[in-house]
Amino acid sequence: MAAITITNVSKTYPGAAAPSISDINLTIQDGEFIVLVGPSGCGKSTLLRMVAGLEEITVGEVKIGDRVVNNVDPADRDIAMVFQNYALYPHMSVRENMAYGLKNRKTPKAEIEARVAEAARMLELGPYLDRKPRALSGGQRQRVAMGRAVVRQPAAFLFDEPLSNLDAKLRVSMRGEIRRLQKRLATTSLYVTHDQLEAMTLADRLVVLNAGRIEQVGAPLEIYHRPATTFVASFIGAPAMNLLDAEVDGSRLRIGSHVIDARRNMAGQGAITLGIRAEDLHPSATGLPFKVDFVEELGAQRLVHGLIDGQALVLILDPHLPLQDELRLSVNSDKLHLFDILSGRRLEHPQTAANGIPVPA
Amino acid sequence: MTNAAQTSPGPIRRWIARATVRPEPAKRVQFDRPLLPWLFLAPQLAVIFVFFYWPSAQAISSSFYIEDPFGFGATFVGFDNYTDALGSAEYRHIASFTAIFTVLVTAFSLGLGLLLAVKADQVIRARSTYRTAMISVYAIAPPVAGLIGMMLFDQHIGPFVKLAAWFGWEMKVGLNYFDTAFAMILVSVWKQVPYNFIFILSGLQGIPQSVREAALIDCKNGARRFFTAILPLLAPTAFFLLIINITYALFDTFAVIDVMVKDKAANNPITLVYKVYVDGFRGNDIGGSSAQSVILMLVVLVLTLVQFRWLERRVHYG
Ligand SMILES: Nc1ncnc2c1ncn2[C@@H]1O[C@H](COP(=O)(O)OP(=O)(O)OP(=O)(O)O)[C@@H](O)[C@H]1O
Ligand SMILES: [Mg+2]
Repeated sequence: MAAITITNVSKTYPGAAAPSISDINLTIQDGEFIVLVGPSGCGKSTLLRMVAGLEEITVGEVKIGDRVVNNVDPADRDIAMVFQNYALYPHMSVRENMAYGLKNRKTPKAEIEARVAEAARMLELGPYLDRKPRALSGGQRQRVAMGRAVVRQPAAFLFDEPLSNLDAKLRVSMRGEIRRLQKRLATTSLYVTHDQLEAMTLADRLVVLNAGRIEQVGAPLEIYHRPATTFVASFIGAPAMNLLDAEVDGSRLRIGSHVIDARRNMAGQGAITLGIRAEDLHPSATGLPFKVDFVEELGAQRLVHGLIDGQALVLILDPHLPLQDELRLSVNSDKLHLFDILSGRRLEHPQTAANGIPVPA
Repeated sequence: MTNAAQTSPGPIRRWIARATVRPEPAKRVQFDRPLLPWLFLAPQLAVIFVFFYWPSAQAISSSFYIEDPFGFGATFVGFDNYTDALGSAEYRHIASFTAIFTVLVTAFSLGLGLLLAVKADQVIRARSTYRTAMISVYAIAPPVAGLIGMMLFDQHIGPFVKLAAWFGWEMKVGLNYFDTAFAMILVSVWKQVPYNFIFILSGLQGIPQSVREAALIDCKNGARRFFTAILPLLAPTAFFLLIINITYALFDTFAVIDVMVKDKAANNPITLVYKVYVDGFRGNDIGGSSAQSVILMLVVLVLTLVQFRWLERRVHYG
């Protein structure tokens, strides 16, 4: 068990023009579950692999516990890693796969057996201990990979998209299993995924990466409710947050030819990017005119895509309500997210809550 | 030829159509005419027949006869040719040399091929140049390799002879039994290493990167890691190469041996295959030579059977 401290870490692959990771600072508390999330190619795996010791650190320092590990062998870092494609040893049985790392560390035989038995019990691998990986299903292989990490009792678990090769249903149940296991063992964990649902459900804290930089760090709900940038706003949450071009004028917001009166002073002035989550828009008698374009039925809810003054917008509606071609929409003014139009950074409202009632122009 | 096919496509097309209609839902291809598969197999079967079964049958039959050296007829002698061969001290001496030769050539060419492949797998810069240089040796025809080998061990200009002389070893390839054997093994190994190198390298590259990385986390000691986590995954490749290398050492080293001992077979180390040739074509003892080649055939058959029965099932992981 240990904290992981990442200080000013950058990584430039040999021959690459731009760094894949730029100046990352992050402290992972002992026992914390951190999820790294971001679009493909943003450097999640690179950062994780630098902690694991599989990738050299170009600049900066990684500490596991009190020890700087920049030049420590992966085997000596006291970490265990779970790979996307399981990376089991095909010539070893499930038991040998789990015991291999311990054997090489000269763990006493009885202890190895006890730990393997315990992990097999936890992960329900008992019946498969003497099978080779090729005789296991994808989900079982994934559990063996987890078992191999668990028996080591390392200071930290590192996961690189461990569930992305599983089907949707298995992914949900394995997700729960990982969470339960981690809570029980209280082992510091760093988990990479590009699945934002996985990220939201697993994380104590989320780290959103974009192009090798940290966009935002925070608890999942904090990030959901107060995204720090337009990038985070559009990346976290499904459907993605609506981002509209708007203009602020004191307490009034102008979207094209329509005006919302927020009835309080808004952050910023002039052109801004306005963010509204799909579930925060409600049909009302008066409000912003919305032209329905097409509808996606999800069963429990209905996603309605359409246009407000030529700008695309999606909202979530109750599937029982009758569909209309044109709606009027209102939104609570605390649910408005304002972002700088150039930098994409969040603009904070002065903290005075008031119910905004849309006023037709 | 292509013209002929183009001007009269009718019958051929109809024939192909008949062979391909009614696709079955099952994976196995079904032919509605029993003769057709044999037609497709015919060219391959003809080659095998002409170059393997027929000569083999000839060898087996003539191994029971003593043929008049001038071709005036043959006398049936039963197993005499076999007992003569197996009973002769010379034959047994050559057989034991062949065994040692085969073991050494196989072991060294596999070992060196493995070593070079492992090293090449780690090379990052100038990767392809390095590999091409390694592989190009394989493009040399065996007699040429023999000649190059001969030159390397030439009494007057051979660099190996000079190198050996530095260490006080007066090398006399072609005259001294041990020196000749040494040169033969060296050249044979040198010729075979690239072949093994290619296969082992591609075997190594077939090992998933993540498995290597998992091993890197699980085992600190590089040598131990290699022997416990990487080498076992090469076992299918190694098994295949073992068979190929044994066959190579037994048969395909003929050209190298021929160049090295030409006309001086008597005092020089030779292998069983070369003796078959010497007795049959130089000594005109067709019967004895046939008996020897049948013995050789049986040895290879037994070796291959043993390998498949005992080794193969241990090396495939899927
Ligand atoms: N070995 C390498 N050599 C050069 N560039 C690399 C190497 N590995 C990754 N990169 C580059 O570094 C960047 C980050 O890659 P990384 O694998 O960390 O992305 P990722 O966030 O894990 O993406 P994904 O979600 O697709 O796995 C990418 O632009 C990639 O092209
Ligand atoms: Mg990745």
